[in-house]
Amino acid sequence: MSNPSTDSGADQQRLALLKDGIWKPLPLIRDARWRWALNAAVLLYIVLAWLSVDVNWSRVAQGMDRGVAFMASFLQPDFVTRSGEIFTGLKESLTMTLAATVIGVLLAIPVGLGAARNISPLPVYLFCRTIIALSRTFQEIIIAILFVAMFGFGPLAGVVTLAFATIGFMAKLLAEDIEDTQKEPLEAIRATGASWLQWVNYAVQPQVMPRLIGLSLYRLDINFRESAVIGIVGAGGIGATLNTSINRYDYDTSAAILLLIIVIVLMSEYLSGYVRKWTQ
Amino acid sequence: MPLIRQGDQPVWKKREPLKQYAHWAGWMLGGMLFVWCWAIISENTIWEFLYDADEQAASLIGRMIPPDWSITGSLMLPLWDTINIATVGTVMGIAIAFPLAFLAARNTTPHPALRAVALAIIVSSRSINALIWAMLLVTIVGPGSFAGMLAIALRSIGFVGKLVYEAIEEIHPTPVEALSATGAGRSQVLAYAVWPQIMPAFAGICVYRWDINIREATTLGLVGAGGIGLQMNAAINNLAWGQVATVFVLIFATVVVSEWVSAKVRHAML
Amino acid sequence: MLTLTGLSKRYDTGDLALTDITLEVPAGQVMALIGPSGAGKSTLIRCVNRLVEPSSGTVLLDGQDITRVRGTKLRQARRQIGMIFQNYALVERLSVMENVLSGRLAYLGFWRSFLRQFPSSDIKQALNLLERVGLETMFDKRGDALSGGQKQRVGIARALMQNPKLLLVDEPTASLDPKTSRQIMRLICELCREQQLAAVINIHDVVLAQQFVDRVVGLRAGKLVFDGPPSALTEKTLTDIYGEEDWSTTTGETDESDEAAAAAIDPLKPIGQGGHP
Repeated sequence: MSNPSTDSGADQQRLALLKDGIWKPLPLIRDARWRWALNAAVLLYIVLAWLSVDVNWSRVAQGMDRGVAFMASFLQPDFVTRSGEIFTGLKESLTMTLAATVIGVLLAIPVGLGAARNISPLPVYLFCRTIIALSRTFQEIIIAILFVAMFGFGPLAGVVTLAFATIGFMAKLLAEDIEDTQKEPLEAIRATGASWLQWVNYAVQPQVMPRLIGLSLYRLDINFRESAVIGIVGAGGIGATLNTSINRYDYDTSAAILLLIIVIVLMSEYLSGYVRKWTQ
Repeated sequence: MPLIRQGDQPVWKKREPLKQYAHWAGWMLGGMLFVWCWAIISENTIWEFLYDADEQAASLIGRMIPPDWSITGSLMLPLWDTINIATVGTVMGIAIAFPLAFLAARNTTPHPALRAVALAIIVSSRSINALIWAMLLVTIVGPGSFAGMLAIALRSIGFVGKLVYEAIEEIHPTPVEALSATGAGRSQVLAYAVWPQIMPAFAGICVYRWDINIREATTLGLVGAGGIGLQMNAAINNLAWGQVATVFVLIFATVVVSEWVSAKVRHAML
Repeated sequence: MLTLTGLSKRYDTGDLALTDITLEVPAGQVMALIGPSGAGKSTLIRCVNRLVEPSSGTVLLDGQDITRVRGTKLRQARRQIGMIFQNYALVERLSVMENVLSGRLAYLGFWRSFLRQFPSSDIKQALNLLERVGLETMFDKRGDALSGGQKQRVGIARALMQNPKLLLVDEPTASLDPKTSRQIMRLICELCREQQLAAVINIHDVVLAQQFVDRVVGLRAGKLVFDGPPSALTEKTLTDIYGEEDWSTTTGETDESDEAAAAAIDPLKPIGQGGHP
């Protein structure tokens, strides 16, 4: 960090102190001025952030009853009253999730290949990276608003939204993975005179395949969770039912839906654990 | 990978014949499942809406360009709120997730029953999106950025808790054994043998979650939980797509900056 | 000083690792524990400080039964027993000084140790030990910046920081090259004699053990099969311990030449000061 001569001077000083039985661990930031500046900046930010929050404590106190009611409803979730809506909503969410993940992963593979600097020419690389950046910046719900405006209400807008988000997520990780592959097999297969597709098939695919499967399963999980949200803006799935129940303070139904979501996420996690073990 | 003799010619196949059939059957089942899903979606879609989707898209983009820059000044305060929601929410979430992770990790938990409770909290928090937490909290503590902070915190508990407890389970056990052998107490072993080993991972996880939270905080306003999403929602409801475009540009810029910051910090921590 | 009586250990898997070990180590004696891998050497020394819970039998340290203590009493018993590990077991992201001082944790409250507020007597002792093992200029280095031999020296200093009565040493040289192995063994044994420490050293290098220790105990499949001075190790006793093999290059006759060869490649004084034992 700093130059060696002052460093060893400081070391001598610390050794001398040590002989007198005085020792403190080295601070993370060696320069005292930077240390203080950083502390001051953090303190300043805490004060400013605190000033920007406007907590209406009387409103919070009023809401505490509802908070308690919500917690209590987890002990007595109501699956029955709105069972029809819950069932169709969940079915829609699950089908949207599956369809969007399949479409998204299939589209993400070419984009991911294009976004890996070590196997793609620069123009393709830039184009694919732009798609990834766009897809990753905006939350699913914002994209859903746009697609609902284009395609109208319903699960199709949801599928397109989730597929679009999947492309950015998968393509970025896939591209990073490809960029991290070992160079030697790439060179060896190219040296045999293989075409670009053969080269990808024999040198790249075996190296990234297990992780690609793992990531797809992880994205399936994420897409399911997101499918519960985008219904709020009319893109299909369980979200609309959940939104309605919360707005009606019908917490027993909300708790039932949330519990179902938690159980499905848990199941998919166990499942993907098995599949991952099996593919390795 | 078997070599099969056909006549006197050796034939190389990638898989045993039986396995190959199972493989094909698997693909076919998967394909059928996908088609079935698509059929359900198609049933619930009003395809007539799609006939003019290209026009809709064109007019949407047409109205977004050029963005309405006149509202940029009035968006600065909501943007500052958004950053605060993300940051304060992250800090609150970490404060709860940190002890929870030690209860949830197999090698540091004081009791299996406590471990089960901690894992249940982590899974519940992880399964539910910040936006859903925000919807709930808005009905409980009222609209505003406080609900947003709590929502971000509740969602972050599960994310940070899970990654940190996995990091704790992956530490080298020998330093823990060595410090136990000196007669150090439980908390001393945690502070001297466990914490130094997970510290870099912990810092990385926190900054990574902060980065995600910035993105999530931009949408919380859609359900009334404060931040720039409120302005976005208002603009969408008024069909003022030029203003929506301005919000998008600001969100994009903020996310790029936060990603850069988080990459820098993670790099410095290694 | 250390008395094991009828010590047995059966693991949950059903493996019987130790059977009825009875052994006494007087104060100041350096004892080597030899035997093939899986003979239960590691289990035996871990039963002494209860990193492994013995299934039956007693461990007496100065008359106190260690197998019966719990909580604070167990920690007080453990701090009288220093331990040195095969893989050094340093906390690699802490500095050398912090690693050495962590030997004092059982003497300190949590908050003082958390805030690194060690008494100055501890710090002076840590510096003395670092000087003795030849690392006094490295005190600010992080554990992962050290070589294997240096890490083991820090491990030794940490164990001695406890002011123990007894040292348990688990394969101290297994991860080191032959030259460093000798230096480390010599250092451990010298320190034990300087401070009148008893030590139980697990080691599979019989030649190295014979050179430095007062007494050799052989374990085979969890049973005690040999107990005597290093000079009493013969081809027959080694066969008892390890099984059939040509032992002529290991036993007494060739020892001198081995020593001479060692001296030729390894004329080093132990790091720090002090002469050949």
